[in-house]
Amino acid sequence: MTRERLINAALLASLLGVPLLAWQMDEPFVITLATKVAILALAGVGLNIALGLGGLVSLGHAAFFGIGGYAMGILAAHAQNYEPLFTWPFLFEGSNQMPLIWLVAVVASALAALVIGALSLRTSGVYFIMITLAFGQMLYYFAISWSAYGGEDGLSIWVRNEMPGLNTLDPIQFFAIAFAVLAMALWFSARLARSPFGLALSASRQTAERVETVGLTPFKLRLVAFVISGAITGLAGALFADLNRFVSPTMLSWHTSGEIMIFVILGGVGRLYAPLLGAAVYILLEHLLGGISEYWQIFLGLLLLIMVLFAKGGLIGLIAGREVAHD
Amino acid sequence: MSLILILEQVLNGLQFGVMLFLMAAGLTLVFGVMGLINLAHGALYMVGAFAAAAVAGATGSFLLALVASLAAAAAAGALVEVTVIRRLYDRDHLDQVLATFALILIFSEGTRWVFGSFPLFLDVPEYLSGPVTLPGGIKYPLYRLTIIAIGLVVGAGLFWLIARTRIGIQIRAGEADREMIAALGVDISKLYTLVFALGAALAGLAGALVGAIQSVQVGMGEPVLILAFVVIVIGGIGSIKGALVGALLVGLTDTLGGVFLPLLFALMMEPATATSLGASLASMLIYILMALVLLVRPSGLFGGSA
Repeated sequence: MTRERLINAALLASLLGVPLLAWQMDEPFVITLATKVAILALAGVGLNIALGLGGLVSLGHAAFFGIGGYAMGILAAHAQNYEPLFTWPFLFEGSNQMPLIWLVAVVASALAALVIGALSLRTSGVYFIMITLAFGQMLYYFAISWSAYGGEDGLSIWVRNEMPGLNTLDPIQFFAIAFAVLAMALWFSARLARSPFGLALSASRQTAERVETVGLTPFKLRLVAFVISGAITGLAGALFADLNRFVSPTMLSWHTSGEIMIFVILGGVGRLYAPLLGAAVYILLEHLLGGISEYWQIFLGLLLLIMVLFAKGGLIGLIAGREVAHD
Repeated sequence: MSLILILEQVLNGLQFGVMLFLMAAGLTLVFGVMGLINLAHGALYMVGAFAAAAVAGATGSFLLALVASLAAAAAAGALVEVTVIRRLYDRDHLDQVLATFALILIFSEGTRWVFGSFPLFLDVPEYLSGPVTLPGGIKYPLYRLTIIAIGLVVGAGLFWLIARTRIGIQIRAGEADREMIAALGVDISKLYTLVFALGAALAGLAGALVGAIQSVQVGMGEPVLILAFVVIVIGGIGSIKGALVGALLVGLTDTLGGVFLPLLFALMMEPATATSLGASLASMLIYILMALVLLVRPSGLFGGSA
């Protein structure tokens, strides 16, 4: 077992252990923090497929996060107000069932990623960064001016959505859902990285010409990776909206894109568990520094600068050494 | 709908476009010469606006305020270049994005710490306020006309600087081949600091000029930054001419779309839906424009191969 795999196991164990301990000690706030970490890490796992595996620096993943959030908000708002979402070709009254909401969130964000990706991947480098950023902002401004669903004020849901067989209002049970989804996404992205598709994608990140020479199309590989990446981040968005029972254009703003990227980078680009460590550190910093100073983001900014300038490979890189493990 | 309304909106669009040009020029210069993507450009815009508001509040002079905005933003730019940005030129774009994102956090929260969360106000001076009557009987605010004029003058100055002066030759040479001009004895790191400070000063000036129309507040630079990105993507990264054309296109599209799309929809549907649908679509219009440009020319209107 390499050192990186040990770290990964320890990370997953503490994400599971801390809330269980908090549950025993009756500290629901800690459980909620851990749930937040799990969900944000899920968003990072999505981005990491595009960023770490595909080398696609997307600064617009808030778009998918927000689409997932609005999928939940819109379905649940119609269900709670008893206003049908549409009546043709069949009557659909919205839904407060998580599985259906997730399905809609994943499909909607995958479709958005397909359109945005197909346009943005025509370019590369800085153009790609700016274009994904711009598309993200387009949806942000659209959500602000879309008064039917709350516009700038966002959309509140009174009761958390339901999951068959579980009581989602109980913090530890909702945490279990988020943790299970995160674990599945981590397993999936590990499988993906080792699959023929993942290897071809990695290869087209490193030398696109060679991939082309053997008859594969880097554009298609990247587009598929971008769609999968967007879909996972969209699922995280639906869960995040459910955690807060609230969705607003803030979820779509480019600060959110920046934060999701920070999770990945803090942990270490291309490392499978980077988003988990990054999100955990970020949430802890927010919680601890936020208690000391209202201006905690100055410290976050300084820390980030130091990380970027002096610690390439992120936190996992610092602990586990520079070499990325090929397991 | 009258011709006067249309002309007025065209002028508004021009004014907006000219401001975007001041922002985009710095961004595109920095990218063209140093290969750096700078998200913190909006923070320099904010620094300019706050410096102007503070100086105008203390002295009452608008001219001094403009000078202060130039000086403060250029100084902040030079400081950031020497301490942080310089280390990023050889890094990949991902590192540049993150480090400059970190700079935004530091600048924004730092400004909030010094000036508080409440917006400041920068007043248009007496001699520039009020409307003037243009030929054709259009009444238009003098201040906005002044902005257009300042923007065009600065733009012309920039073209002159790049095309005709020694510094401009060095900048263009740096864009083409940085090793070669270093070998020819040009102090390249000094040149980079200068270019960065120049871009910062332009952003700061834009911030001060716009600050007198809108309020001066933390985070004011970010929406403009993203529009400036759209501008240089449309115009082609690294091209000053592209930045000018892109800025005017975006300025006009955004302004005219915002006014006329709801009116256009009102011809076809009931007023309430028309207003909301028109507003939603208008807010997306420039991004649709960008997507269209990219479909035809992936490296922008005036861009080489990126």
